[in-house]
Amino acid sequence: MTTTPHLLLRHREIANLDQLEVYLQHGGFEAFKKVVTQMQPAQVIDEVKASGLRGRGGAGFPTGIKWSFLPNNLWPHYVVCNADESEPGTFKDREILEGNPFQLLEGVMIASYAVQANLAYIYLRGEFWQIAHRLDEKIAELEKAGFLGENLFGTPYSLQLRTHLGAGAYICGEETALLESLEGKLGQPRLRPPFPAVVGLYGKPTVINNVETLTNLPLILEKGAAWYKSMGTERSPGVKIFSLSGCVNRPGNYELPLGTTFRELIYTHGGGVPEGRQVRGIMPAGASSAIISITEDRLLDTPMDYESVAAIGSQLGSASVIVLDDSVDFAWLVSKTVNFFKHESCGKCTPCREGTFWMNRLAQRIINGRATPEDISLLETVANQIAGKCLCALGEFSVMAVTTGIRQFRSDFEHHVNGSGSTATGG
Amino acid sequence: MNQLLQKYPEEVQQILAKYPPEFKRSAVMPLLYLAQREANYVPRQALQDIAEILEISTTDVASIVGFYTLYYDEPGGRYRIQVCTDLPCALRGADRFLQELCERLGIEEGGTTPDGLFTVEAVKCLAACHRAPVFQVQGDGEIVYHENQSVELAMAWIEEVRARVAAKEDRS
Ligand SMILES: Cc1cc2nc3c(=O)[nH]c(=O)nc-3n(C[C@H](O)[C@H](O)[C@H](O)COP(=O)(O)O)c2cc1C
Ligand code: FES
Repeated sequence: MTTTPHLLLRHREIANLDQLEVYLQHGGFEAFKKVVTQMQPAQVIDEVKASGLRGRGGAGFPTGIKWSFLPNNLWPHYVVCNADESEPGTFKDREILEGNPFQLLEGVMIASYAVQANLAYIYLRGEFWQIAHRLDEKIAELEKAGFLGENLFGTPYSLQLRTHLGAGAYICGEETALLESLEGKLGQPRLRPPFPAVVGLYGKPTVINNVETLTNLPLILEKGAAWYKSMGTERSPGVKIFSLSGCVNRPGNYELPLGTTFRELIYTHGGGVPEGRQVRGIMPAGASSAIISITEDRLLDTPMDYESVAAIGSQLGSASVIVLDDSVDFAWLVSKTVNFFKHESCGKCTPCREGTFWMNRLAQRIINGRATPEDISLLETVANQIAGKCLCALGEFSVMAVTTGIRQFRSDFEHHVNGSGSTATGG
Repeated sequence: MNQLLQKYPEEVQQILAKYPPEFKRSAVMPLLYLAQREANYVPRQALQDIAEILEISTTDVASIVGFYTLYYDEPGGRYRIQVCTDLPCALRGADRFLQELCERLGIEEGGTTPDGLFTVEAVKCLAACHRAPVFQVQGDGEIVYHENQSVELAMAWIEEVRARVAAKEDRS
């Protein structure tokens, strides 16, 4: 496979890479063929383990290790690709799906062989209706070309791929809610353990990986773990797509080595902040982020890898970097994130359902200039009562901006209750 | 008589073929999209039809419609214009865009134009944050994105649709 400046967003250099002949001309499906005809499944898992690839869906869990949890005495195994991409600020998987779909499909196929799944699903958010229909056509082309189906390359291995469209629910990005949804039920999370690796789709061992995670696989299997590890940092190897949005001149996706600094992303690639304003805060993981307050310029030199972002009190998550400049009212910002989570709470557990409802009421009251100073403390208290008590991480995500926002930008909230409360916005 | 099955026999079979036969309940979401294709909402009869095909209760099917935001149990505009107003888009003027679009159409957010063609709604992130203002249009059984929008661009598209619909009605 030819290496271009981009490894995942290769369509930016190679025109029409979403056409099968073009993808094949550039080495497409050679990795899959090699894996199926020359490697044992365990060897594939070992290679991915050795590459240090970590899940790009948010949690950063090592991919090869996750695969090795599937028990070999329970069958069938399933692979599910998570293409639900719904975190505000995240639009990287969509670019892969549109521009470089075959590399993703090849990744799904390699993962499937590694865990000996004969059926894999790609779960797409309902809004990706057009993308799903195009993927269906591509899957049909692969069946015709003999890359999918029975006895691939004359081996006993068989594989089928299917798409499945969600219908507008952020919670279905959470892996167990996704499985419920795929089974035709309400998209509500399951109690864990058992984990999907043991009891997953239709009660069977299941691998769930993010689109971007899987798109790395063809290159790792072709060029090897050592090559992959030469990029990024020791503990966060490889490249990552950063979705850059908010107060920047050139929002968009930037594929860069893990460990690239915020400064390089925002200023070198993103063209800086409009009208030369100052960066006041950063949300590195979309609306779910703990807000980083840029109290000192050197914080912009923090490398964007899982460890370094955690070290300054936030998390890299899916690397959806929302830039907030000094024109943004952080009370308004918190009202936006809280409203999102109130809308998206699945309603299954009480702290999240009731807590996001009350946080939304209080945040709205504050920005509408109808709150008392006690309401700010009450909002903080409600957030603290939600934390640590929810069935899944959505509830935890919902309080991140609230607690870090009030702690670090309290004056923005006080501004609204002290009378002058305009309905300020960011836009 | 199962109207859905009668109307779309091949599509129903294709959908069912995507899932293991013993887990055909998985087909409920694609079948709901099929049921919604014609009128842009799920008619009551379709709930029963789907329940019958999948051998589950009508209540189960109805609860799926209620849970997911892209299914509707009541008619709205023939086209639903869904504007993202989440944080990254709002930082780039999405709230103002939505407000101005509603003003131009003479409706409130969530309302439908008198000709019954367009409902305008605020929605959550559409994974197009770098191309705000952005909206998707749900109608004719499809979902189509409109990115890097202005009120002028949106209105031009709306007038185009109006003209197309009027031309069709003239012919029939
Ligand atoms: C509320 C919530 C929403 C999530 N949304 C997504 C999503 O849209 N896409 C995704 O890949 N992972 C999402 N995740 C993470 C998944 O649960 C899961 O960890 C991931 O798909 C695993 O893939 P990976 O190991 O390749 O990252 C979400 C998690 C939570 C708690
Ligand atoms: S915030 Fe509007 S598309 Fe993401």
